[in-house]
Amino acid sequence: MHIAPRGLSRRDALKLAGAAGLAGIVTAYPGRRAFAASAPPLDLAVERTRITIDGETSDAIAIGGSIPAPTLRWREGDEVVVRVTNRLDEPTSIHWHGLLIQGVMDGAPGFNGFQPIMPGQTYTYRFKLRQAGTYWYHSHSAAQEQEGMYGAIVIEPADRDPVRADRDYVVLLSDHTPEAPEAVLRKLKVSEGYYNDNKRTLMDFFRDAGRDGLGATLRDRLDWGEMRMDATDLADVTGYRFLVNGKGPGDNWTALFKPGERVRLRIVNGSAMTIFDVRIPGLPMTVVAADGQNVVPVKVDEFRFGVGETYDVIVMPTGDKPFTFFAEPIDRTGFARATIATRQGMEGVIPERRPRAVLTMADMGMAHGGMDHGSMPGMNHGSMAGMDHGKMPGMNHGSMTGGSAAGREQAVGWADAGTPPGARALSYADLKSFSKTRDLRAPAHEIEVRLTGMMSRYIWTLNGEKFDEGAPIRVAYGDRVRIRFVNTTMMAHPMHLHGMFVELENGQTDRMPKKHVVLVPPGQTASVQLTADEPGEWPFHCHLLYHMASGMMTRFIVEPKTASL
Amino acid sequence: MGTTMTSPGRAALAAIAVTLALSAGAAGAANGSQPGHQSERFHEEPPILATFQVDRLEHRWRDGENSVDWEAQGWIGGDTDKLRFNSKGSKAVDGKLEKAEFQLLYSRMISEFWDAQAGLRHDLRPEPQTTYGVLGLQGQAPYFLDVTARMFVSEDGDLSARLEAEYDLLITQKLVLQPAVEVNASAQRVANLHVGRGISDVELGLRLRYEFAKEFAPYVGVNWERKLGETANIARGHGEDPSDLAFVAGVRFWF
Repeated sequence: MHIAPRGLSRRDALKLAGAAGLAGIVTAYPGRRAFAASAPPLDLAVERTRITIDGETSDAIAIGGSIPAPTLRWREGDEVVVRVTNRLDEPTSIHWHGLLIQGVMDGAPGFNGFQPIMPGQTYTYRFKLRQAGTYWYHSHSAAQEQEGMYGAIVIEPADRDPVRADRDYVVLLSDHTPEAPEAVLRKLKVSEGYYNDNKRTLMDFFRDAGRDGLGATLRDRLDWGEMRMDATDLADVTGYRFLVNGKGPGDNWTALFKPGERVRLRIVNGSAMTIFDVRIPGLPMTVVAADGQNVVPVKVDEFRFGVGETYDVIVMPTGDKPFTFFAEPIDRTGFARATIATRQGMEGVIPERRPRAVLTMADMGMAHGGMDHGSMPGMNHGSMAGMDHGKMPGMNHGSMTGGSAAGREQAVGWADAGTPPGARALSYADLKSFSKTRDLRAPAHEIEVRLTGMMSRYIWTLNGEKFDEGAPIRVAYGDRVRIRFVNTTMMAHPMHLHGMFVELENGQTDRMPKKHVVLVPPGQTASVQLTADEPGEWPFHCHLLYHMASGMMTRFIVEPKTASL
Repeated sequence: MGTTMTSPGRAALAAIAVTLALSAGAAGAANGSQPGHQSERFHEEPPILATFQVDRLEHRWRDGENSVDWEAQGWIGGDTDKLRFNSKGSKAVDGKLEKAEFQLLYSRMISEFWDAQAGLRHDLRPEPQTTYGVLGLQGQAPYFLDVTARMFVSEDGDLSARLEAEYDLLITQKLVLQPAVEVNASAQRVANLHVGRGISDVELGLRLRYEFAKEFAPYVGVNWERKLGETANIARGHGEDPSDLAFVAGVRFWF
């Protein structure tokens, strides 16, 4: 990635040099004391720039002079001061994604008294780090996040890190489009299917009819047609370049190792819209943290990665050879790629691309309705029909056994990641918190949040209401509550709550994993619990950027006990 | 006949009244009872968008005089409320403007797939120029049928209706076959416009377009119009063929 800031002054250059010094993206592990309590305030300027990806240059916005923004390496317990200067000609903001933080410092405009940072202004963020782990930061204004305003945060624990590693890398995934975000949203509103170049055609019909029979294929098409839904609608936006630490597949970001070392990858999905399937062929990953919170190590070959989530994994590459880090968007319109190698310049094999899934009636939440699955072309997954996913949030992220898509031209159902036989994909059910759940009270009450929308109009809602239409959710301070997500749409929604972690009801009893984003698959339900111990009015939204911008957001208000309502 | 029943312009005024009433309702709903929280204005899309779409701009070759025909639409507005513009017409290649229709409608989302519309239509041609009040429904029926149903009341009180439907059949991602049908009906004979009572005409089209970009697609096709019933008789009385078959080539584009 080459950054060409416009009008870089000498002062800026000095600042950039400073920022780079204490926050390199590729910082080897010994740099942990880079930003201690005594460190001076960190200055980050937000400014328009250009980004060059695999030789193609387009508009972007940088925080601190680079895309992604500098990795902020902090230490638990420290108090940090970050001065953000807006050099754009529009308001901006920075939100510290996943941090437990005072409301006004959370950085979501209009919430908790935080006001957008106006052009020319500097806002001073000041907060104490109450946690350790991998998080990230990004703009919460307009669609600036899509334009490059994202970076990773690494907070070293105050005590000994239970995760031992010889090397430590941030691997920040993102999606970049040369189009202006406003233009993208307009096209989605004017012509919802605009970006889908994989719609079902007459050619597909003939192919399916040949495979599944004319009657079955016709019934399938009529089923979808009756609902006015598109079985190929996996992602709303295409035309993306998929980046690893700001580099395209050709630029090939590389992480170095010495054979036998334990390498920690802090993988962040900083995309605006892209859910990835992530794998490193030949190199199993041991997941040690999810959303910054330590989990009991679980060894997997791949995982499905919702927007806004983070996973820390340990890999132990051996031999003097390169490994390819490979992340395919679920609509398979490209890939992000990096290399884990013993020397710069090495390149691993680009693995075979996984098949693209076609959605099924199960993805419409209709698996329980006695649907005739025999009528669905290619629908040979008996395991899928009629499964009760209700109690298993986000399960079966491609972990369906016996459902290998390897060598197939099409995967069936949203959850089918094309995982080959014998390979293990992470499921939410595998996540077990490293520390015990502190609040074991039964939830005082349940809040149902239906994930809703009108696909054809590109209107996205919670409980059928856009942000400006719906009432906020209110809970009393200190209460233990359950949130039950009911996804009535045929898209997955990474639901993000600011200010507090939610604990996933994934079958663990006293070790429910803590998450700040919960990926709710299409047509499924997922339940989480939380202790409302952070007073304030917190943003609660789908982390797909254009879904949030189209209304899929609400306020989650934690009211002081003393307030009478 | 309409002229004896209704004073000119009354229908148009009625349509305006309906439009204003609906607009007022929309504005009321938008302002709402609860004042918006400031976080909302920072996180939702700019409320006003606009698009202009020329669905058909085509040359028609036929046995008689060839023509250039158009059909265009556009809107400005938000998710719920829009101001819509529609136009269609026909001009003889070497001659005069035969048909030119313009509509300005207030359009309001009433369900996931349907908008209700009300407004005005003005026909520059055929002469005499006529203004209509319009009530309509536009949306997507099951099986992805794009449907428009509109009812018109002329300034003379004449009632007519039009139903249009079209479907995009993707042969490949870029090659699209579009069958389209339009049916017009009139509740009474309108002598000066050469329209009889009942179903006045049916139009069937089949266009094959190639989308170089989603916004730009040239096409070829065939269009067949057939006047029916009393309207056909009137046409024959004027020495016209009630049936019109044309081969078409044109372009579809939008912004």
